[in-house]
Amino acid sequence: MPDVSGTKRITDVGPHDYHDFLHPVIKNNYGKWKYHEILSPAHMVHVSEAGDKIYSVRVGSPRLVSGFFIRDLCDLADKYTGGYLRFTTRNNVEFLLDKEENIEPLMNDIKKLNLPLGGIGNVVANIVHTQGWIHCHTAASDASGVTKALMDDLYEYYIDAKLPAKVRIAFACCLNMCGAVHCSDIAVLGIHRRPPKLVPDKIINLCEIPSTIASCPTNAIRPDTYNGKPNVKLIEEACVFCGNCFTVCSGMPISDPLNDGVSIWVGGKVSNARTKPSFSKLAVPYLENDPPRWPKVVEAVKTILDAYKNGAEKGERVGEWIERIGWPKFFNITGFKFTKYHIDDFRLGEATMNYSAQVRQ
Amino acid sequence: MSKKYQTPLLDELKKGKWPSFVTEIERAAEKSEMTDDLLGQVEQSYKERMGHWKHGGMVGVKGYGGGIVGRFSDLPEKYPGVKEFHTIRINQPSGFFYTSDILRKIVDIGDKHASSLYNFHGSTGDIQMLGVKTSELETIFQQLVSFGFDLGGSGSALRTPSCCVGMARCEFANYDAMNICYNITQAFQDEMHRPIFNYKFKFKFSGCGNDCTASIARADLSVIGTWKDNIRIDQDMVKEYAKKMNLHKYVTSKCPTKCMSYGETGLKIDDSNCSKCMHCINVMPKALRPGVKGGATILLGSKAPMVSGPRLSMVLVPFYDVAEDAKNGYQWFRDLIGKIWEFWDEYGVSRERVGELIQRVGIGNFLEAIGLEPLPEMVSSPRGNPFVLYEDYVEVDGEQG
Ligand code: HEM
Ligand code: HEM
Ligand code: HEM
Ligand code: HEM
Ligand code: SF4
Ligand code: SF4
Ligand code: SF4
Ligand code: SF4
Repeated sequence: MPDVSGTKRITDVGPHDYHDFLHPVIKNNYGKWKYHEILSPAHMVHVSEAGDKIYSVRVGSPRLVSGFFIRDLCDLADKYTGGYLRFTTRNNVEFLLDKEENIEPLMNDIKKLNLPLGGIGNVVANIVHTQGWIHCHTAASDASGVTKALMDDLYEYYIDAKLPAKVRIAFACCLNMCGAVHCSDIAVLGIHRRPPKLVPDKIINLCEIPSTIASCPTNAIRPDTYNGKPNVKLIEEACVFCGNCFTVCSGMPISDPLNDGVSIWVGGKVSNARTKPSFSKLAVPYLENDPPRWPKVVEAVKTILDAYKNGAEKGERVGEWIERIGWPKFFNITGFKFTKYHIDDFRLGEATMNYSAQVRQ
Repeated sequence: MSKKYQTPLLDELKKGKWPSFVTEIERAAEKSEMTDDLLGQVEQSYKERMGHWKHGGMVGVKGYGGGIVGRFSDLPEKYPGVKEFHTIRINQPSGFFYTSDILRKIVDIGDKHASSLYNFHGSTGDIQMLGVKTSELETIFQQLVSFGFDLGGSGSALRTPSCCVGMARCEFANYDAMNICYNITQAFQDEMHRPIFNYKFKFKFSGCGNDCTASIARADLSVIGTWKDNIRIDQDMVKEYAKKMNLHKYVTSKCPTKCMSYGETGLKIDDSNCSKCMHCINVMPKALRPGVKGGATILLGSKAPMVSGPRLSMVLVPFYDVAEDAKNGYQWFRDLIGKIWEFWDEYGVSRERVGELIQRVGIGNFLEAIGLEPLPEMVSSPRGNPFVLYEDYVEVDGEQG
C-alpha cells in the first residue's frame, strides 16, 4: 500500500456533480420537457416546451462488461453524440443525440458491434440480475448465465414491441434478492433447499454465537454446547433455507449442488399505474440448476410469456392479467402444478387466503 | 491469445444473439491475467453447480468502513489470480449520465489496476469495479478521488442513494430527483462511508408513480413524485388519440379511482379523486401532463426478504414540497431522516431494517416518536380488528389503584 501518512489525503468528495455530464440540450431544457414519442423499440424523442429535441437510442448490455466494451461505447459517443451517453436503471445504454441524421449511422455501427437495439415500449425489458457464481458467496445459482440464456431466447421480444405491456424480468441468486426481484412481472430466484451443515469447530472459532442465533428468521438456530464450549444446534424442520445464518457465520455453509436451484414467481410490479405495486407470487417452486443454459427455466419463462401474450388485453401487465382471469386458470393454462408450497404459511401469510365465496367456477 | 483454461460450458454462453458476459470476461482477460483465473473458477462452478467464493473478509481503504466488498476465492492455489478479487463500489453520478472522457478515465484505472471487469451498474446504483487486490485499493481510490469520484456505501451504512433520470429527460418528473439525490448523498457522506447503523439503509428517488428506480420495493426510504393540482389536458391532442384508440377501454375505464370520463365535451377529470397513478398520462403523453404543483410522496420501510420477509414501503408523508425545501438545502428532509435514524438507533437491534422495527414496535408508536401525525392517507383502510390498545382511561377522583 502506498504510504499515505503525512500527506493530506482527500476523502468524502461524494459523487461527481452530474451537471458536468449533461448534454447541452438537456441542460437548456432541464425540467421543461413537454412530451416524448417512441419512434421505434430502440429510439425515442423528447420534445421540450421550447421545441428542442433530444433523441435517445437504447442498447442492451450484459451489465458485466470489460473495459473494451466501455471504450466501444465511448468511441460511438464521440462519433455521434458529442460524447454524451447514460445508463438506465435496467442496465441499458442510452446514446443522447440532438442530430436526427446521426441516428441511422449510429444504429448501423451498433449493429456492427453485435449489440441489441431495443428495450423501449411493450418489450421484455433487459433483465435486472445479481452476481451469482461470478462474484457472490451465497449464490444458489448463477445470475449472468441464466440471464444470458433467457435473453438469447427472448431476443425478439427485446428488439420488437409485440407484447400487451412491458414485461420486467429479474433474477436474484439468493433470497437477499439484490435485484428487488420480489416485485417483477416474472422473477427467477435462486434457492437453497437443504438446511446448512454445522461445522462446530468453525462456529466456535469464527462466529459470534448470539448474532448467529439472532440471524435466523424462524428461530431454527438454538444455543448448545460442543466440547464444553458455547455453540449452536439446528432445528432442521424450522429452516426456510434463507442462508442468513451463513452470511453471519461461515461455519454454517448452505450451498449444496444436489439441492440448490431456482424458483419462478410472477405478477409483481413496482409502478403505481392502475393497480398498486405488488409482490411477485410463486408459480414454480423448484427447478434444478442446469448449466450452462438452464433449459427448463427458459422453457418455464417462455410458457408464462406465451400464455400472457395470448391471454392479456392490451395494456395489461402480467399480474393484472392473472388477477382478471384468476389463479386457477393461470395454473391451468400454464400447466404448472399447484402444490402445498404455493400456500403461504409464513408469518402473516394467512392474509393471502381467499376469505370470500367469490370463486370462479 | 491462448486460453489458460478449457471452458466448454462457458463457451456455450458465447453463442446466441444477446451480448455475452463470457465474451466480456475473455476480452477483459486480454488486459488482466487475473481474469483468466476467473474464467477457470467460474467454469468449475458451472461443472459443480456451486459457487467458489469464500465467505466475507473485511477490506477497505484508510478512513472508510465501507465501499469495498471483500471477495476471496476458496480455491486460491488453483486459481491464484482470484485469490483476492474484491469489488470497489464507485458512487455513480445522478441519473447515470456520463461523457466518454470520464468513462475512459474510470476504465483506464480498472484496466491497469484491476480485472478490467465492471458492472454498469450494480443494483444499488454504483459502478462496480470488479477484481481488485487489497494492495491496489488505495491507489485506485486516490486516482478516483483526484477527478471527483468517491466510493459508494456497503455494510451497515447508508447505501449509495440513486434516482431516476427525472427532470433531465422526463416530462413526467414532478420534482428534481437528480438534484435532491446529489445533495442528500453529499450531506450524508459520513453515514455512507463509516457504517454505524443497525443494518443497511437505502434511499431512492423516482420522479413519478411509474417509479423507475423501483424505490417502493427496495428502498427503506422511497421518494416518489406526485402533484397537488390538476392534470394538464390538451383536449385537441386527446381527440387525436381518440381517433387511434378506444379511450374508454384503454384509458378511462382503467383509471383506478374512476375519476375520468370522455364524451362530447372532451376529457373530464375529477382531480380531487385522482390518485396520481400515472396510467392515463402514460397512455397519452402528448395530451396529458402532471400538474404544475409538483412534489413527492415519502414512503418508508421496503426491503427484500432478509430477515423477516419482504415488505413494500408505506406512506409516511403524503405530500412533500420538494422545491420549497430545496431552497433550504433540503433541511426539512434531512431533519426527518435524522429523526428516523435516531429512533432506529435507539430501538432497533442489529440487522433489523427500519421497516421491521416499525412492524415490531407498532406504526402508531413510531409516528409519535418521530413527530408525525397519523393520517388517513397512510392506510388503505382503518383497522377492522377491535383489540385496540387504548392508552388512557378516566378514573373517579380518589379511586384506589
Ligand atoms: C379468559 C379467557 C381467555 C384468555 C385469558 C385468553 C387469552 C389468550 C391469549 C393470551 C392468547 C395469546 C395468543 C398469542 O400470544 O399468540 C389467546 C389466543 C387466542 N384465543 Fe384466547 N383467551 C381466552 C378465551 C378465549 C376464548 C373463549 C376463545 C374462543 C372461543 C379464544 C380464542 C383464541 C384464539 C382463536 C386465539 C388465537 C390463537 C392463535 O393465534 O393461534 N380465547 N387467547
Ligand atoms: C443478509 C443480508 C445481506 C447480505 C449479507 C448481503 C450481501 C451482499 C453482498 C456480499 C453483495 C455484493 C455482491 C458482490 O458484489 O459480489 C451484495 C450486493 C447487493 N445487495 Fe445485498 N446482502 C444482503 C441483503 C440485501 C437486501 C435485503 C437487499 C435489498 C433490499 C440487498 C441488495 C443488494 C444490492 C442491490 C446489491 C448490489 C448487487 C448488484 O449490484 O448486483 N442485499 N449484498
Ligand atoms: C371485543 C370484541 C367483540 C365484541 C364485543 C363483539 C360483539 C358483537 C356483537 C354484539 C354482535 C352482534 C350479535 C347479534 O346481533 O346477534 C357481533 C356480531 C358479529 N361479530 Fe363481533 N364482537 C367482537 C369481536 C369480533 C371479532 C374479532 C370478529 C371477527 C373477527 C367478530 C365478528 C362478528 C361477526 C361476523 C358478527 C356477525 C355480524 C353480522 O351479523 O353481520 N366480532 N359481535
Ligand atoms: C378475553 C380476554 C383475552 C383474549 C380473548 C385475548 C386474545 C388475544 C389474542 C387473540 C391475541 C393475539 C395474539 C397474536 O396472534 O399475535 C392476544 C395477544 C396478547 N394479549 Fe390478549 N387476550 C385477552 C386478554 C388479555 C389480557 C388480560 C392480557 C394482559 C393482561 C393480554 C395480553 C396480551 C398480550 C401482551 C398479547 C401480545 C400482543 C402482541 O405483542 O402481539 N390479553 N390476546
Ligand atoms: S442475490 Fe444473494 S447470492 Fe446473489 S449477489 Fe445478492 S447476496 Fe449474492
Ligand atoms: S438458513 Fe435461514 S432459516 Fe435456515 S437456519 Fe439458517 S438462518 Fe435459519
Ligand atoms: S420515475 Fe417517472 S419521472 Fe422518473 S424517469 Fe420514470 S417515468 Fe420519468
Ligand atoms: S393519473 Fe391515474 S388516478 Fe389519476 S386520472 Fe389518471 S388514471 Fe385516474
